[in-house]
Order: sequence, then structure tokens, then C-alpha cells
Amino acid sequence: MVTYIIRRILMGILVLILVSLVVFFALRLLPGDPALIYVSGQSGGQGVTEERLQEVRKEFGLDKPIPVQYWNWVKGVVTGDLGTSIRYQQDVGKLFAQRFPVTLILGFFSVIVSTILGIFFGLVAAIRRGGWIDTLVTFLSYIGLTIPVFLLAFVLIYVLGFKLHWLPIVGWTPPWKDFGMSVKQSIMPVICLATIPLAVTARQMRSSVLEVNNMDYIRTAWSKGLRERVIVTRHILKNSLIPVVTMVGIGVGIIFGGAVIEETIFGIAGVGQLLATSVFARDYVVIQGGALVIATIIVVVNIIVDISYGGLDPRIRYE
Amino acid sequence: MSEVFVMDAPETVAAPRVSEWKRFLKILFQRKLVVFGVFVLLCLVLVAIFAPLIAQYDPYKNDMAHSLQSPSSQHWLGTDNLGRDVFSRLVYGARTALEVGFGTVAFAAILGVILGLLAGFLGGWTNAIIMRAMDTLMAFPMIVLALLLVAVLGAGIQNVIIALGVATVPGYTRLMCGTTLSVRENEYILAQRAIGAKSLRTMVRHVLPNAIQPVIVLVTTMLGNVILAEASLSFLGIGIKPPGAAWGSMASAGFRDLGTHPLLSFAPALAIMLVVFAFNMVGDGLRDALDPKLRGKL
Repeated sequence: MVTYIIRRILMGILVLILVSLVVFFALRLLPGDPALIYVSGQSGGQGVTEERLQEVRKEFGLDKPIPVQYWNWVKGVVTGDLGTSIRYQQDVGKLFAQRFPVTLILGFFSVIVSTILGIFFGLVAAIRRGGWIDTLVTFLSYIGLTIPVFLLAFVLIYVLGFKLHWLPIVGWTPPWKDFGMSVKQSIMPVICLATIPLAVTARQMRSSVLEVNNMDYIRTAWSKGLRERVIVTRHILKNSLIPVVTMVGIGVGIIFGGAVIEETIFGIAGVGQLLATSVFARDYVVIQGGALVIATIIVVVNIIVDISYGGLDPRIRYE
Repeated sequence: MSEVFVMDAPETVAAPRVSEWKRFLKILFQRKLVVFGVFVLLCLVLVAIFAPLIAQYDPYKNDMAHSLQSPSSQHWLGTDNLGRDVFSRLVYGARTALEVGFGTVAFAAILGVILGLLAGFLGGWTNAIIMRAMDTLMAFPMIVLALLLVAVLGAGIQNVIIALGVATVPGYTRLMCGTTLSVRENEYILAQRAIGAKSLRTMVRHVLPNAIQPVIVLVTTMLGNVILAEASLSFLGIGIKPPGAAWGSMASAGFRDLGTHPLLSFAPALAIMLVVFAFNMVGDGLRDALDPKLRGKL
């Protein structure tokens, strides 16, 4: 188990190094001169002189060879310095510090909702295989997988916001400022974020339960005369949960991707919205930092998922 | 390349293949939703091809005097905030969707199949390098990676295709690598080595045709996913540039008038969903038809 963990962590570190290279070189591949972008962004197009450009190049170390630049950048990143936003003229780390909590809170609840409901629906569908619940769950999971996040948001905003006036359609308040408002404002975004992972989890859970159902020990449990409830909760649920654990790792990725659209629609000042608007503003430093931080989170979550997977299912470790 | 050994089976295979084909079609069209999916996709292709004949109006021409009209006999789905006919724009949007869909999938699938084949067949360092590169790309959510690439390359249909293509390559590579690894274990591959066939020849003529089947299924579902991703990028305003008729940008433009003219955003969004759903259904149908063992499992 220890070698397995060490191997998995080393591989994760390797991927993280590669991720940093991708992000770094994406910026270097830019057709424009970063110094020029910075200076013109800072002064609104005026005051772009050769001296100023040289100054900026020197200030940001852009006059050094590429490997040195990469090394300096990595050193900065590790100490939490992600550079200065071109648009906001502010520390990117600070921009993220304001926005990440918002995205993480909504994302956290979405993961909880999608995991619990997904496991429940997948289990029920598989146990009543071929019944109307199964047909309904399977059909709905198809819908969940194919519905664009923005269509879901449109339906919710139109029905719950415009027609019924039940929920506010825009903005987000932190729960420690106004709890009631925060809950109201979180319902639609969480539904939007949770739908796809919910569908994925339900499908995975369904096939996982069907697989476990075929095992000898389930037949044994039945022939021992155990009640259905005991068999389902003690034997089927426990064993079929193992592959579903990996879905959490995938779910985190889906949720960060979905956040870009969901936060833009609901006008929520999170990381997703920041990234989307930064593309317009050609604020590469922010996109670079955002992509790096999100990828790091996903890699770390997947390492944890894989290790716990190895812990839960001893067969994995020996591969 | 010298054609000394022709180990492929001669034409006698043709006879049983007819029934094979019939069996394939029978299983494919067994489920009503697959039939529905095929029907939707046929309509989509026809609409895209005959767009100028179907659309009654110029999808790009502004007509401010008739902006934000409700559906009528003149404008079946009404007009948008610039007075453009929504139905005509929807029809032309089918072209954009298919263009991006096929462009991206062709780019990603070809690259992914080559990389996966090399990684699976050659193994060792080649495998390690290719697969770690794929792990790296997979660490980013598709939209975030596409944002990064579009930010670097700029918006526009070509760059969207490149961005989404790069973001989706790992799926094909992993799948192809996996099937190649299992195909490689077959005795006929060993036989190739025994007769001294070159690696390239073995890979292209024997491993590739036997490992490609699952990729066909992936291609079909990915067509849907890629169209959805393009719609998301266009929705954010960073995919297809504004005057172009893309369903995603139509939905986003209509969002401003959601309270009063819901059709403006619902119509294109529903079109996207219908197409994505259809591709998924057909993909599932193909998977069942190509590999009966998997039926009902997923």
C-alpha cells in the first residue's frame, strides 16, 4: 500500500510539473509581446515607448532566457505569487482569494447533492431493474447528460424567477452575511452545477449495482434468507460504492467547468466568471493562474480518490 | 511498401458479412430512441446542406424596424433584438454546429488514434511520454483548457476547433491505447512478428482495424459533446464571433430578453440539446450493435 501511495503521488507531481509547463508555454506562445500587452493595458494604449517596454521587461524578468523565466515563475507560484492582473492591476492571488470561496462553497454543495442523489437513484433503478423507476431514472440521466447548463439555467430562471417570483435570479450573498438570502440564491446555481455529475453518478451507480448483484455472495445472502433491506444496505450498497468513489474526482472537474457558465449566467463573482471575463479582457495572467490552480486542485483530488480507491479495494493495489 | 505477404482473408468473407450487416442494423434500430436519434441527425444534416433553401430570410441582415417580434406566419419563431429572423438563424446555426463538430472530431480522433496506437503498441517510454501528456491535458476541465487556448489563439471557428480538438484528444488516445494493448496480445500479432513483419505494417494493417471499433462509438458521442462545448464557448461570447449564426451565441443574446421573449433563448438551447441527445442515442445504439456483450450494462 505504501509503495502504491508513493508511486501515485510521484506520478501526480510529474503531471503537475507538466501542467505548469503547458500553462507557462501557452502564455509564451502568444502572438503578442507580454510587455506590450501589459504597458498598453496599464495606460489604455498611451505611453507605449521603447524605454517603458524595456523597463517592464526588466521588471518582470522577460529579458532573461526562457528556462530562467520558467524557473522564476514556478518559484513565484509555489510561494503564492501568481503575477499581476493586466485588467485589475492587482495581485492575481488576491483576486482568487476573493473569488475561490464562492466557487468552492457552491461546488461543495453541488458535489454533496449530486453524489447522494446519484447514489440513491442509481441504486433504486438497479434494484428495480426494468421497472418504471429504472426507465425513468435512465431516461432522466440521459437528459441530465445532454442538457446544456445554460438551458437548465434558462428554464429555472424563467419558471422560478420570472413566472413564480420564488427565487432571486442574479447575484450571490455569502451565508455569513445573510443566511436566508444565501440559501435562496444558491438553489438554482447548485441545481445547474449538480445535474451533470448527478446523471454521471446515477449511471455509474446503476451499472455498479447490477455488477455486484451478479456476485455469488449476493446469491448466498438471499439463500440465507436475509431480508431485502439488509441485503441492499449491507451487501449491495457497500460493495457497489467503490467504483462510484472515482466519480467524485470526475465530478470536481465537471463542476469547475460548469462554474464558468453558471457564474456568468447568475452573475456570481466566482472564479468561473473571472476566467470567462478575463478572456474578453485578454487578461492572460489571470487565465494562466486560474487554469493552473484549477488543474492543481483536480490533480490533488484525483490522487486522494485513487489512494482511497486502493484502500477500499485491495485488488487495485496489486496491479 | 512491398506487398509480399497478403495474410488478409480472401473474398470468401463476403457471404456471411451480409447477415452480419443485417444483424448490425437490426440491433441498432431495436430501440426507439436510437431510431429517433438517427432521424434527428438526418434532419440536421439535410437542414445544414439545404440551409439557403429552407431559411426564408438572410440570417445576418439586421432589420431594426421589426426587432423582437413574436412568432407569426412571416417569422415562424419571431425575430431577435436586431430584427433578424430566428428560424433562419437557427437553420444556419446547424451548419456551424456540424462544421465545428466534424472538424473537431476529425482532428482529435485522428491524432488520438495515432498516439494511442503508438503508445499501446510500442509501450515503454513512448507509452509513458504519451500517456503522461494525456494525463496533463485531462487535468484541465474541457472548458477551462478551451478558454486557455482560445485566449491564446483568439476566437473564431478554426481556433475553436483546435482548442476543443486538443481538449478532447486524451479520450481517444486512452481508449485506443487500451484496445491496442489487448489486441496486441492476440496470436495473429505474434504471427506477424514471427514472419518478420515491420512494426509499422503490423500496427497499421492488423492492430488498427481490430482496435478501431470502440473509437467509432466514441466519435459519435463526442460529436454531441463537442457541439455542446462549442455552444458553451459561443454562449460565453468567446467561440464563434457575433454576426456568425451559432446556437450558443443566439442563446446568450436572447438571454437578455428571457423574461419577455423566452423563445429567443429557448429555441437555440433546445436545438443544441436535441442534437446532443441524438448523437448520444446513436452512439449508444452503435455500441450495442458493435458489441452485444455490453448491452444494457451502461
